Formats: sequence, structure tokens, C-alpha cells
Amino acid sequence: MNITLKVWKQKNNNERGRFETYQVKEVSPDMSFLEMFDVLNEDLITEGKEPIAFDHDCREGICGMCSMYINGRPHGPLQGVTTCQLHMRSFRDGDTIVVEPWRAAAFPVIKDLAVDRSAFDRIMAAGGFVSVNTGNAQDANNILIPKTDADLAFEAAACIGCGACVAACKNSSAMLFVSAKVSQLALLPQGQVERQERVISMVNQMDEEGFGSCTNTGACEAECPKSISVENIARLNREYLSAKITK
Amino acid sequence: MTSSKIDAHIPEGPMAEKWSKYRSTVHLVNPANKRHLEIIVVGSGLAGASAAATLAELGYKVKVFCFQDSARRAHSIAAQGGINAAKNYQNDGDSVYRLFYDTVKGGDYRSREANTHRLAEVSGNIIDQCVAQGVPFAREYGGLLSNRSFGGVLVQRTFYAAGQTGQQLLLGAYSGLMRQVGVGAVKMYARHEMLDIVNIDGKCRGIIARDLITGKLERHFGHAVLLCSGGYGNAYYLSTNAMGSNVTAAWKAHKKGAFFGNPCYTQIHPTCIPVSGDHQSKLTLMSESLRNDGRIWVPKKKEDAEAVRSGKLNPNDIKPEDRDYYLERRYPAYGNLVPRDVASRAAKERCDAGFGVNATGEAVFLDFAYNLRYKYGQMEAIKHGIENPTEQQLFDLGKEVVKEKYGNLFDMYKQITGVDPYHNPMMIYPAVHYTMGGLWVDYNLMTTVPGLYALGEANFSDHGANRLGASALMQGLADGYFVIPYTIGDYLSHEIGTKAISTDHEAFVSAEKDVREKLEKLMNVKGTKSVDHFHKKLGKIMWEKCGMARNATGLKEAITEIQELRKQFWADVRIPGELNDFNPELEKAGRVADFLELGELMCMDALQRNESCGGHFREEYQTEEGEAKRDDENFAFVSAWERTGENQWYMHKEELKFEYIKIAQRSYK
Repeated sequence: MNITLKVWKQKNNNERGRFETYQVKEVSPDMSFLEMFDVLNEDLITEGKEPIAFDHDCREGICGMCSMYINGRPHGPLQGVTTCQLHMRSFRDGDTIVVEPWRAAAFPVIKDLAVDRSAFDRIMAAGGFVSVNTGNAQDANNILIPKTDADLAFEAAACIGCGACVAACKNSSAMLFVSAKVSQLALLPQGQVERQERVISMVNQMDEEGFGSCTNTGACEAECPKSISVENIARLNREYLSAKITK
Repeated sequence: MTSSKIDAHIPEGPMAEKWSKYRSTVHLVNPANKRHLEIIVVGSGLAGASAAATLAELGYKVKVFCFQDSARRAHSIAAQGGINAAKNYQNDGDSVYRLFYDTVKGGDYRSREANTHRLAEVSGNIIDQCVAQGVPFAREYGGLLSNRSFGGVLVQRTFYAAGQTGQQLLLGAYSGLMRQVGVGAVKMYARHEMLDIVNIDGKCRGIIARDLITGKLERHFGHAVLLCSGGYGNAYYLSTNAMGSNVTAAWKAHKKGAFFGNPCYTQIHPTCIPVSGDHQSKLTLMSESLRNDGRIWVPKKKEDAEAVRSGKLNPNDIKPEDRDYYLERRYPAYGNLVPRDVASRAAKERCDAGFGVNATGEAVFLDFAYNLRYKYGQMEAIKHGIENPTEQQLFDLGKEVVKEKYGNLFDMYKQITGVDPYHNPMMIYPAVHYTMGGLWVDYNLMTTVPGLYALGEANFSDHGANRLGASALMQGLADGYFVIPYTIGDYLSHEIGTKAISTDHEAFVSAEKDVREKLEKLMNVKGTKSVDHFHKKLGKIMWEKCGMARNATGLKEAITEIQELRKQFWADVRIPGELNDFNPELEKAGRVADFLELGELMCMDALQRNESCGGHFREEYQTEEGEAKRDDENFAFVSAWERTGENQWYMHKEELKFEYIKIAQRSYK
């Protein structure tokens, strides 16, 4: 396969970016999208040019580090898949593919396709935990959890924190990310004690970071590589409302 | 026999009492003094995140460094199958002793008894801690925790969260860490890479780190430094490790005096998705839990294998009697549950004999068809009261169960290979996965440099020559949550009088200068070939000559080839971009430069160990049946390598004494 790439190049957050066009030849359909970038970068280095900077690490769809906006969709055309698990067999010979970084005020560009997602860490530090020091725990089987609740909590906890939800949202809202953690802990008995403080502090921090509001378009769920459900956002809204009323 | 330069500091007393007694008598630090003691943690995986959170809870001032953009991305996140603990919730005869015994035996009698026993002792606390944090482990309908089987073991002691156990445990530890960041007890340095340790008066007192966004070098002081930087499987280029996983932190420490333990002990995992082409950048694991619930086979007849390879025969059409379930045939007692090293070698043996099933001849089948229909499908049919279910009904019912247990793994397989594993057997082949070797540490997890510790995969201590499945998560969290918070007191209680040392100290200045010169040297080579070019070449040498099977001739060749490759690297590598900028190629170059040194030491260690044990299989030393042949008389020791000069080493020995487990030939037959 031969592919034309239009890739966003930006030296750093202070300088303006632009699209650059690259030709990639002899692409195998078995390559992952990132392996195609490896091949391109290898060629660029050999030609004495600067390679394209992009974030990636585990390459098995779980670390959440890769973050490309491909043909107008976070992580590309497939549903429920990260960029590193997207393979070139999803494209056709001769295709032109446009690749951009996540675009959101709260995710400033570091270089080319790499962005700064530390806002997510700060939201987690504001309340995404159960306050239990090491050594305080009771025997694990003393906490009984109905299987359905455990399964729902697990589905929410599957979030990889990649930020695709923010990139997909026209308002750059982080509601799906925040709701996944709030839901996980609200569904479990371990999370009850801090249930109200948690949702308020996490939402406050989210607002402080400059993420937009949610207008229920559902783009986040559609583009989430882990298919986290917008039902979590509904739960977050309920949790927030009841915490605000009672606190 | 143990070298006078190393002392494992194993407490006296009976095995079952060593840890509890030691823990009760180890020196403590007054809470008021903890506030003045600073600890640096390098790496934010299970070991690093759990240690940092726990030490901060105790009152120490902690700094955490990771090269990823967030602590949550450390490669512990990718662990799939589960975590072991001797809870005996299944009432199937598990106990601390049995977990201890299984681990020592699984490690082919090359681990340190006292450390392994302690690991088994604290295993149960880990599950309690994780559940308290809200880790959503799999549960039964009654609300209790569920367990699954793992290799090398006859009890069900593995706790899991679908095929994402590592992710859930790491997010638990990460949440504890972020809680401490939120209250200011931990300062987090993401996108930072440690490039050297700083020793002052014979003690480790800090690190030099590079801010990966600006390229700026930074100096950081600590009363103690904890390396929780993972394993070095990427020396093989292709492995199941993340792209960024590296040996750099451990290697820099090694060059500053920390001995390296058992560098040749590498785990080759039997069930990974086979290599598809030269462009391949990494290999993906299919969890061991699949092997233990499915069946491994190749065709019995060579002509069938050839027909499958050329695409003329659909494996589903091969009759059961024409299939060679070789693990069940060779190891009737454990069957598909044999440990990883045994399963990997058995796959290699079949493929080398010409029975491989993919185009390259390097793959075997992992088949769920039988269990899906006749184990899970049948069980569901009975549950639903369906008498005489059709094949289709059995398939549909079984598929739902398998989907719930392993859905994400099946999806991942389909995504990568384009083949649907519910209808076709998966193709798998062994790949580099984990390194049992690492920095040598004593019972306190301290390296040979006072004040410098190594935790998790970065140390050598608990798994001997082969790690059992679901034990890496256990060890990382044991070290971080339940070992280091106690053992570090033994050192820091003597440091309460030490004021924070200024980073203007000459040792910091000169360490930073050395790091800068090394980086400049890399940038200034201005050669013609990319870093990956050299990394791939190193990987090929390592895989072919220091991989699943090794021999003296090959290892000697490998040493010469690596030395040559290292010269070429320093003469011809090309790193684009700038030193003081976000430059991923420069990061890679530094890591590959270290792998090029480590690779040689791995081969040297494999060459000196004239025996086969666990993951280290020397072709010259095998039984008539092709099993690993240990030499307990001459090789029951840990090799601890001291660096004595530029690519020169001296090997110290720590004798392994087995007082509580009778050393025996490992048999899974």
C-alpha cells in the first residue's frame, strides 16, 4: 500500500503549527498505525530530517499514551480501539490520511502530535481515590459486593485516561473521564464514605482545568477506545446534584 | 562460598518467624523525623507507586520520577492474567507454605528462600489492601472474590479483573499515589528520566534527571533512592515490554557500584502473538490464563502441518486423533498448566521439528474450541435446563462465558491478526516477557550501594530462574506496600542527623557534567543510521544466541558481535533534533547505548552458568528427555556482577542454602 499523510507539525506550544505532507511507500496491511509512523520516521532520519514526535508506549491498547486524531476521529476510524491497535488493513492503497494532535485548551501541544494531559492527573489528585492507608484493610472477603455492581464498577474502571473523550467533544469536556472514576467508586461500598466530597472536588478541579461543559452529544462514548458508557455521565450528574443538595 | 563483598542480611530464626520477628525489631524512625527525610522513587509502576504512596503516608517526603506523561502509564498496566495470594478462599489446600514452595520450585531452586517466604506471607495483605482501595476484582454471585488457575500450581489462588488485572492494580496504587500528590506529600515528576545516581561518601544521595520536554538536566537530593524501574526485556528489541521500558536507571546504578544479579535469567513467555514481519515494533502477550483454560496443540502429521502452513488445510478440520496436545502428552500431571519456561521450550521443540503452523513455521495452536463447547457450553446448557443441546447452542452458550472471562484478550487477538479466535484456534509463539535478573539486593531490598534500593522487576530476588504466572504483580506490590516501608527504617533511622545536602555539592556537579558530556557525545556522532537500526541488530543477536536455548559457542560469538555492534553504534548513530528539546530519538539512543553494554553481561552470565535452570537453558546440559539439567553442586548460587572497569566485570557468588525446601529435580510429569 502507498499512503499520503498530512501530519500536524508544531515545534512547541509557543509557535504556530502547520500541516506537512509525507508519502509512505510499501506499507503492509499487517502494520499497526504507529508502526507505519515508525517506518516514516526511520526514513526521515535517514534523509537527515526531523522525525514526527508522537506519544506511545505499551502498544497493546492499555497504557493510554497514544493519542492521534486521525481523519477527524480520535484513535481513527474503528470503534473501541486505540491508535496503537489500529492496523493499516483498515485503510486502502492510495488513501490520504490526516493526523492531528488532541485539540483542547486543557491539553496544550508539547510538540507535533504530543500533548500535555497532566490536567487528568490533577483531577485524580483532587479526589479519585479511597482514603485508605496501607495496612488498614480488613480481610478482602469481608466486603461483599454484588456481582452486577462489581461488573459495572469494572466497566467504568476500564478507562485508560487517554483523553479521546475530550478530543472528540465539541466542547472539550472531560465529563466521561471524570464520570468513569466517580461511577466506579460510587458503585462500590468502599467508595461510600467520601462519595459526596469526591464528586464535588473532582468536578471543581475539572472546571478549573478549563475543560468545557457537557451537552450530551455522546461523541465521547462513540470514540472511547474502551467504550465507556455515557450512562456514567448520567450517574455523575446525579451524584453531583445530590451531593450539592445535601452538603 | 559467598563472597565477602555481599551479605544478604537474612534474619536468624525459623523461616516462618523470620519476617514477623524482623519486622517487630527493625529500627523505627520517629514520625517527627520522617518529615525531614527525603526519598526519591524512580518509576511509577506497581512497585514504585505503592512504595511512594505508603512512604508518604508514613510521613516521609517523597519525589517520584517517571518517563511517561503520567504515573498511570507505567507498564505494570499491561499485566493481564492476575495476582497470586495464599488466601485459600477456594478451600483447595492453599497456604503460605504452599505458595512459598511453588515459587521456589517454579524458580527451579535458584531463588533466596527467606525473600520468597516473606513474599508468600504478605500476599494476602495485598489483596486486602487493593480491595479496600476499590480495585474491582472479579466476583462470584454471592459477592465473594473469584479465583482462577495459573501455571506451575495445582490450587486456584489467582485473583483477577478480566484480562486487565495489572491495569486495575496499578490504577489502585496510582490513586493512592495521587492522593499523596494532592496533599503535597509526594512531588511528581512525569516526563522525566533518571540518567545517573549521585553517591556521596559511599552512600547514594540523589539522582540526575532529564526533563524530557525541555531537555534540561536537574539535580535532586534524597536520603535514599528507590529504583522501581522495571525489567530489561527490551534488550531483545522485540518483547512484550512497552516501547519505553529500559534498563537505564538500573544500569547507571550498576555503573556506580550496584552489583547486577543473575542477568541471564530471562523469561520467554509461551503464548504471544507471533511475529508478522520486519516492521514489527513489539510483541503482544496472550495471557497465561488462556493456556490454562484452553489446549495447546500442533498437527501430529507433518503433512498436515505443511498443509496448514500453506493455507490448504483449515485446522478446524483436523480430527482430534490427528492432533498432538504435546503438553498434555509430555506432562500428564500438569498438562497445559506447566510453568512458562517448560511450555516455551516445548513449543520450540515442536516447531524446530517441523510441526509449526504459520507461514514462518514458528507458531503453535492455542485452542478454545473444546472448552468453549464442552466445558462452558455444557455447563450453561445444564444450568438453563437444555437437554441434548445442538453444537450451535453449545457454542453460543459457551461463547458468552468465554467472552466474560477473556473478552478483551479475544478482541485484541482479532484486532492484531485479523482472525476471529472464537471460530479459529489462535496462533501463538514464545516471546521475551520478563527478566528475573536485576540489581542484586539484600533482605532489606538494598543494593550494594548503601541507601540505594531496588524493588519489583528491577531487583533479582524472588523468582529464581523462572517466575510463575501472576507472581510479578504480587512481588511489585509486596515490595512497595509491605516490605520497603519497614526495611527502609533500618537505614533511615541512622540518617536522622543528616541534613539535606545541597545539590551544589561537588558530587552533584560532576555527575551532571558526566551526564551532559555523554548526551553531547551521542548527539555529536552524527552518523548515518537510526537508533532502531542498532537496537534491532542487538535484538537479533540476543534472541538467536542468548534466547530460549543457549550454548557456549553461540554465547562467545554473541559477546564479540555485541562488542563490535557497540563500536558501530558510537561511530555511526544519527540522532536528529536538539539536545535541549523534546527529543524521543535521543531518549531511545541513551537506552540502547545501555542495552548494548548489558547485552554483553547477559551473555557472559549465561556462559559462566554451565547448567540449565528455569528460563536459562544451555543446550549442553539437558536430560535425555530434553528437560533442563541443573547442577546444584556447582551452581546453587546467585551471580552478582561487580563492574570493575569499562565493560569489565568480576562475578561474586551468593550461595543459596535450601533449609526448608528439599532441593529436587523439578518435575511436572
